Amino acid sequence: MSDVSLTVNGKRVSGSAEDRTLLVHFLREHLGLTGTHVGCDTSQCGACVVHVDGKAVKSCTMLAAQASGSTIVTIEGLANGAELHPVQAAFKEHHGLQCGFCTPGMIMTATDMIARHPEGLDEATVRAELEGNICRCTGYHNIVKAILAASETMAKGAKGKAKQAA
Amino acid sequence: MYSVNYHRASSVADAAKLLKNGDAKLLSGGMTLIPAMKTRLASPSDLVDVSRLKDLQGVKVSGKTVTIGAATTHYDVSTDEKLRKACPALAHMASLIGDPAVRHRGTIGGSIANNDPAADYPAALLALGATIITNKREIAADKFFKGLFETALKEGEIITAVSFTAPAKAAYQKFRNPASRYAIVGVFVTKGKDGVRAAVTGAGEDGVFRSREIEAALATNFDAAALGGIKVPAKGLMSDIHASADYRANLIAVMAKRAVAAANA
Repeated sequence: MSDVSLTVNGKRVSGSAEDRTLLVHFLREHLGLTGTHVGCDTSQCGACVVHVDGKAVKSCTMLAAQASGSTIVTIEGLANGAELHPVQAAFKEHHGLQCGFCTPGMIMTATDMIARHPEGLDEATVRAELEGNICRCTGYHNIVKAILAASETMAKGAKGKAKQAA
Repeated sequence: MYSVNYHRASSVADAAKLLKNGDAKLLSGGMTLIPAMKTRLASPSDLVDVSRLKDLQGVKVSGKTVTIGAATTHYDVSTDEKLRKACPALAHMASLIGDPAVRHRGTIGGSIANNDPAADYPAALLALGATIITNKREIAADKFFKGLFETALKEGEIITAVSFTAPAKAAYQKFRNPASRYAIVGVFVTKGKDGVRAAVTGAGEDGVFRSREIEAALATNFDAAALGGIKVPAKGLMSDIHASADYRANLIAVMAKRAVAAANA
């Protein structure tokens, strides 16, 4: 057994888990954070993407014990109360989901992608960056649109904040 | 997944000690080992996690000498500014591995220790004439990659870094399996002070290899045109549901031409 201590969505949590416990199972079953999904369980589909120390990773391919000591953000940690995160709002606005199963992973991948491309995104980059996320409804078109829109909104927001600070 | 005992190493020496537990394996990013354990292709009794060891992380460039810590992630290799200047081909190659989430975890040491016959790094290190540094010795890439999933590593030996001299020209081109993103054929070419080297991944029955035909054709003229009429033998190449040996042989020539063109661009 491993003692697993994490900061998840800003809260310190700890628990005991078998060493073989995957991070996604720790989040879902020990912490009750079922927003992170298990799709393929073979590191291909990306439904389980969460941020570990600020980087998007597939939580089905990491042991909870490996993550111990890290800061995790899951889909539940994005919204600010009732106010959706700009990426969530863009997925809603552009209908970037059909059945919704892949959506948590898509959104966590998208927020990571936008953070890594402060210069902005184009369609080709978004599609290439979504390589590790599969939507079995094949709803990529609106997912890409939503990510592009969110990237613009967030760039404007960042500029606005910079202006305020100045 | 089978039950397993997890250990987090506090140093390379500690990892070497922990490796003596049962049938222990080193765990770095886990992007291959964990899926292999889930499907029960691997069933180590113990895992020794070296991914957080600071000594094993980071890219150092000193003049033409590049040293990359074994636990450096593909993402960190692909985005390292010093490496992008010294050897952009290797940074580009790292950006083609898997997907962004996989690149955030997978490491160069893990990739070469596993020596998957379709992995990218073995071709890069072989073409760069790199040296693999372990906790015990230094091994030339030419002697390191031994066959399918086989390396010169001995029991309990831990890769700590790889190092190479940045070549004047280099490039990597791969033809990907559209599902797995692994190379059906990948060719890494370099032109350095010791001549031209061309290493092929994804195709060899014994894993990564240097293509003597391509190296000979490019030796006097490092130009895609020098590969115009080249015939790469299909003998010793893999045939599977994705591609026949003949198809792979042809692809090696095509990818080599593209790589040389990219290296000269």
